[in-house]
This record gives sequence, C-alpha cells and structure tokens, in this order.
Amino acid sequence: MTSRRLFSLAAFAAALALAPLALPNDYYVNILILCCLNALIVMGLNMLMGYAGQVSLGHAAFFGLAAYSTAIATATLGLPVWAGVLAGVAVSTLVAWVIAVPTLKLHGHYLAMATLGFGIIVSIVFNEAVDVTGGPSGFVGIPKLTLMGYAFTSDKAMYALCAGVLWLATLVSMRVIDSRTGRALRAIHVSESAAQAMGIDIARSKRFVFVLSAVYAGVAGTLYAHHLTFVAPSSFGFHFSVQLITMVVLGGMASIWGAVAGAFFLTSLPEFLRMFEEVDILIYGGLLVACMMFMPDGLAGGVKALLRLAGRRARG
Amino acid sequence: MLAGAPQYLVSGLTVGATYGLTALGFTMIFNTTGIINFAQGEFVMLGGMLSVAFLKAGAPLPAAVLLAVMVTALAGALIERGVIRPVGRSAAVNLVIITIGVSILVRGAVMLLWGKDAFAMPAFTGAKPLMLLGAAVQPQSIWVLSITLVILAALKLFYSRSIHGKAMLACACERKAAQLMGISVERMAMLSFALSGFVGAAGGAILAPITLTSYDVGIMLGLKGFAACILGGLGNPFGAAAGGLILGVLESFGAGFISSAYKDAFAFIVLLVLLFAKPTGLFGGPRSDRV
Repeated sequence: MTSRRLFSLAAFAAALALAPLALPNDYYVNILILCCLNALIVMGLNMLMGYAGQVSLGHAAFFGLAAYSTAIATATLGLPVWAGVLAGVAVSTLVAWVIAVPTLKLHGHYLAMATLGFGIIVSIVFNEAVDVTGGPSGFVGIPKLTLMGYAFTSDKAMYALCAGVLWLATLVSMRVIDSRTGRALRAIHVSESAAQAMGIDIARSKRFVFVLSAVYAGVAGTLYAHHLTFVAPSSFGFHFSVQLITMVVLGGMASIWGAVAGAFFLTSLPEFLRMFEEVDILIYGGLLVACMMFMPDGLAGGVKALLRLAGRRARG
Repeated sequence: MLAGAPQYLVSGLTVGATYGLTALGFTMIFNTTGIINFAQGEFVMLGGMLSVAFLKAGAPLPAAVLLAVMVTALAGALIERGVIRPVGRSAAVNLVIITIGVSILVRGAVMLLWGKDAFAMPAFTGAKPLMLLGAAVQPQSIWVLSITLVILAALKLFYSRSIHGKAMLACACERKAAQLMGISVERMAMLSFALSGFVGAAGGAILAPITLTSYDVGIMLGLKGFAACILGGLGNPFGAAAGGLILGVLESFGAGFISSAYKDAFAFIVLLVLLFAKPTGLFGGPRSDRV
C-alpha cells in the first residue's frame, strides 16, 4: 500500500471520528449512521460499476434481503443477534452468487433490465409475503445489536460501529482494487475481449465483484435493520436502487472517495432541503441534473479538476 | 377455470397497449440518440394528468386530450434542448442520471401543482360494456386498442415515407454518415424526444379513464415500458409494441389465474427467464449493446 493510500486512510479515520463532535444533537448522528451505511453499499456498487463496468439497478434488493433475513432470524425465530447478522449477510451473498451467472452474461441495457427486474421482484415479495415480512406496514420488533455482551443501544455507539465497518470496507476495497483482480476488473471494463485474450477469467472476475458488492450491501442491511429495529419494503425498492446508482455516478465512477462523498452528500441533502418544505423534491431533481451537466465526472472528478487548476495557478 | 380467459385477454391487451406505447417512446429516443430516457414514464403520466387538468379548465374531452399530448410533446422537445443537448456526447450513465433527475423534477412539479390525489377521467364514449365472446369489453378498451393501432400505422408511414422519418432512421443506423449527408442529428434528437413525448402522452391519456391517474403512475408504467422494449428487442419499434402487448396479457393472465398480489412480478419474472434464455429479446438482433 502506498504512503498516499495510508495517509488518506488515516485522514478518513480522523474525519469519521471527528464528525459527530461537529453536530449539535443525536438526530444528526442518526443521519451520519445512514450516511455510513449508504456509503458502504455505494462503495461495493462502485467497484461493480466503476471498476468492472457492470450496471446493477437492483442493489437495494441485496440490502433488503439481508435486513429482512436478520429481522426474521432474530425477531421471529429468536436466534441471537450475531447469528442473525451472519444469516443476513449469508443470504444476500448466496442470492448474489446464484443470480450472478445468468445475469452477468448480459450486457448494457439488458443487464440493467435484468438487475432491475430482480430488484422489483424482491421488493414485491417483501410487500406481498405479509405472513413473513409484515407486508407494506413493515416488520417491527427487531432487537438492537449486541456483540460479546455489549449492547449498541445508543446512537453514538452504533455510529462508532458503522463508521468502523465503513473504514474497514474502505481498506478492503483498496486492497481489492490494487490487487491482480482489481486490474482484471479494469481490463474487463475497457474491453472484455482484450481482457479474455490476456488470460483473464471474465466470468469469475465479474462474479467475484458482484458477490463482493452484495456482501457490502448485506452488511449494511443487517446493521440498518438492527439500528432502526424496524424495516419496511419502501426502503428497499426501485427508488433506492436508483438513489444508489446516483450516488455512485454523482460521487465519481471508479473512485473510492467519490463513492463516500456521493453517499454522504445525497443522504444528507434531503435533510438540508427540509426547510424548503414541498419544493425540496424539485431542488433535489434540479441539483441532480445540474451536477451531471456541469460535473460529468462527479464530485471526485470535480475536486480533481479544481486541484489541478489550483496546482497550475500555484506553479505560475 | 378457463372461463375468465377472454376477459383477461381484453384487459391485458388494453393495459399492454399503453406499455407498448411507452416502449415505443423508449425505442424512438434510443434509436436516434442511444439514450435510455428514464423520464419516459413521466410522459405517460403527463398525458393523463394534463388531460384531466384541461378538462377541469373547461376544455371539451377531445381538445383536452389533444392539448395534453401536444404539451407533452413540447415538454419532450424542451428536455432535449435544455438538458440533453448541452451535455453532448457524454457517458451513457450520466445521461441516464440526467433523465432520472428530469423525471424527479417533472413528478415534483405535477405533485406541487395538482397534489397527490388520484384523478378519474371520463371514458371517451360512455362506460356501458359490450359483450364480446363472453368478455365484457369496455368501450374505452376499444378506443385504446384502435388508437394504438392508428399510432403504430402512422409511425410506420412516418418512418418509411417521410423525409424526417428516414432521417431519424439514418441517425439510428450511423450518426456520422447521417451528419455527412446533411442531416441535423441534433434536430432529429429533438424530434425524437418530442415524438416519444407525443406517443407516451397519448398512451397515458387513453388509459387514464380505465386506471385513474396520479402524479406517480409514471414510475411503474415507465418500468413496464422499459421491460416491454427489452422483451421486444431494444431498438425495434414494432418489437417494442408487441412486447408491450405480450407483457400486458401475461400480467393479466398471471393476476387472473395465479395471484393478483404478485401481478406486477409476473411481467418481470417472464422477462428474466427470457433474458437468460435469449439475451437479446424476442425480436432482437444477434447482439446490440451501446453502453
């Protein structure tokens, strides 16, 4: 790992640790938790989309599958919370592993459609399997997270956990991207046939990154369920999948920090827009369009361009 | 068991016609610009909502529908001119995000203007059902199917006979060559947005008397339209229309014979199975990816 990577990881850890201190009350800590969880999913999705070039319009489903699995395991079946978390992550991993093979054979818009269809089917099941999931009104009574005797009941503790998990995931992502597999993924993005000619097992690499992104979403899903103690199908629908993609693209494709920035920005944006009452949805849409029109490489690209500009100025 | 079949077929074809018109809109924009326009469902919603608004403002029904369709076509052209053209040839994903942003804007604006209620629209010619082969057919269903057929026939003529239609096909085929032949690719892109606004809104306006309309009907209609156009093979307008009808019928049979709770899922399950078996759609060519 280069010293630059180490430095940015350390800075990120510091920023995550200091963030709650800058906030006036616990309500904002809640939003920070959601930011961290979304950033976790988006980081996985960014590896799939930004590095491997594979679009998924159904990632909310993996998030939801894990959330509902742990909810059912702990609240309905009465298993211990850590077992629920394991089950949740296992379910989303397994489902991703099974659907990866037929899905990833598709390209472009067909791949987008297949993942979209998968996401919609899953969210319809959440809505309609009322006996198991509680249907549209949601699943209540999910226990708070406990780990080796420690209960994460306060928002601050939960934030510390989520931030820690996000930081670890960042580390893992960096290792993956810098590895042989990471290079293989980038090669696939540029040209599948060229990658194949270089001896890369395309199917295996794609499946690996697809399943890895589902693991990220699964971890986020279990943490989400045990944090809110309540889940409802509307949180895992098409709309959320689209939001995730928007976070990836707005943050900047193929950039870990872009994924984090996109997720934090778009998750907290509605909170800032609250004061505009009903007009907030218009502003959200307008900002989305404007950002894409004037910052085509996302926030990460925008910052990079600014830095380059500043550098050129400084040099004269 | 099969007693309900004709009934399901009729209602499936009726809804399927709207999916088909939505899919047609997707295809027209995709062909000339290579963009999947996620605001397509919003065109359908605008068709219904604007018709209702014009009706309330006192316009007679045919005028209200015509105005709604025209305004939506204009909105389509404005979208192309305002947010798509300035971006030029940027990455496909970025363009998709822009159209998503536009769809949020349009939905939000309609919600602010007319609220979150669902609106009913009167049927074009009465609501007394006709009996046809054991199925009660609403006159509106006949309107929907015949208007869809008329639009399809008109488009067929437009593409094969008119200079603009041929120019649009040329853009779809090879942009650079089309440009070199003196075709304004930009104007064709604008025309395709206007045309798909027109077709989508027509679908929304004729379906509104059957299913009610509200500010958020565009999402599901847009998704089904996208599914229909993938089912028919992306880029093939008549495949798209056929895909819509097939999707509508499958959904209606699924809801009737298996479970109405999972109605919306059937279309997507069938689509997934098809995609896995034949990855380019029913009527698609050997391979077509532009992302």
